[in-house]
Amino acid sequence: MHNLSLSLMLFLAVTLSGCGYNTLQSTDEQIKANWAEVLNQYQRRADLVPNLVNVVKGFAAQEKDVLLGVTNARSRVGSIQATPELINNPEAFAKFQSVQGELTSALSRLLVVAENYPQLKSDANFRELQAQLEGTENRITVARNRYIKAVQEYNVVVRSFPSNLTAMVFGFQVKPSLTVENEKEISTAPKVDFSTPSPAK
Amino acid sequence: MTQAWGKVALAFIALLLFAPLSAAEVAVPPLKFPITDLTGTLSASETAQLAQKLTAFEAKKGSQIAVLIVPTTQPETVEQYSIRVAEAWKLGRKGVDDGVLLVIAKHDRVSRIEVGYGLEGVLPDAMAKRIVDGVMVPAFREGDFAGGVDAGIEQIMAVIEGEPLPPPQPRRGNGASAGTGIVLDNIIPIFIGLMVLGKILQSLFGRFIGATVMSTAAGFIGWLVFSSVILAGVIAVLTFFMSLFGGSGGGISRGGPGGWPGGFSGSGGRGGFGGGGFSGGGGGFGGGGASGRW
Repeated sequence: MHNLSLSLMLFLAVTLSGCGYNTLQSTDEQIKANWAEVLNQYQRRADLVPNLVNVVKGFAAQEKDVLLGVTNARSRVGSIQATPELINNPEAFAKFQSVQGELTSALSRLLVVAENYPQLKSDANFRELQAQLEGTENRITVARNRYIKAVQEYNVVVRSFPSNLTAMVFGFQVKPSLTVENEKEISTAPKVDFSTPSPAK
Repeated sequence: MTQAWGKVALAFIALLLFAPLSAAEVAVPPLKFPITDLTGTLSASETAQLAQKLTAFEAKKGSQIAVLIVPTTQPETVEQYSIRVAEAWKLGRKGVDDGVLLVIAKHDRVSRIEVGYGLEGVLPDAMAKRIVDGVMVPAFREGDFAGGVDAGIEQIMAVIEGEPLPPPQPRRGNGASAGTGIVLDNIIPIFIGLMVLGKILQSLFGRFIGATVMSTAAGFIGWLVFSSVILAGVIAVLTFFMSLFGGSGGGISRGGPGGWPGGFSGSGGRGGFGGGGFSGGGGGFGGGGASGRW
């Protein structure tokens, strides 16, 4: 009996390491780690927003639409529970992405508007926040890229032979990758308008 | 069916081979020296002087700073390019992640400070932005690249100076990795464990097969733990003889089939100038830092 169980363990150890089970586990863990980093950086951005809005308000209070847009997008981001389990729920995953995309575009509108206010632009606080925001956006990009790479690696294991059999037995499924939210906007060429813009107040 | 798989494999290999080419990105140059100037902007003496400064700083503080001057990073942005370089060079110590990379794209008129994970606290984006915009970009605008780089690294070093980082390890003993430390610490339990397991296996499979299985397993474990084939081989052979002659002696001596062929190498514990070259120590980057244009 003792011998049998020992041989069985040995057998399992040898066969399991050859069929991709360990690879599945490690790539799955990698995805989780990378996704946590994505969430972490999004959170960091969300934390920056209130300060940024306050500083801009001090110099450009009349830009109500833009400021409100950022604040609303920020609160929508806050309303979604950003848990690591999000990747296993395609619907919530898509929602999360679209909400974060909205905040991205709202923030970029805010920075464009800020260009019209020389005093705001030269404010030390604003410059500091702007640098932080730029850095965070860049970190988000890096984290997203790493997540996409990890998902790709995992999905290849899940779908390729013979590890797909193992994946089937243990219930590993293909995971969603991140996509660009405004795919349509990007694929259409931007319109260049030379008509005189309304002067900033 | 086999043909189809063959085609798939071929396509995959082709993809592996040509993917880097088809993207037409600027290649990451190998890291051989703390200053990598692909534009020939800095004179030999300036390069040597800057490198000397960075080397001395690494010896003193442990942090690695490297400078890369390229003509352009197009079609990528400087941020995309510099994170790729940082990922390839692995500046900074493993676990401490205290590397800093300065990328200057001369013709794009943009430069970037890429900050390793471990330094993001002491050198936050706003600080990096201040260094780029405050001292580097004005000098670059005047065409004074050596001066700008020098002023930039001076400020970065001054900032890092105030951060309590683990002290740099002495240069010697590059080969002594953490793995040997573990072995030496646990030599007795490992020895006993191997003896016991060897006995069980021998009673299961007989002496030779038992010893063979044992040495293979030990070699495999050694390979997993130390990720070194040589060490794994040594362990396997030792285990083979140990389990073979562990009880009553005698028998034919035969090399254990432990260890794996191939070119695995230990993951870099730490980098540095040891052995004449400059190499990263395994530090991680997450995209922190700042860019400035002129």
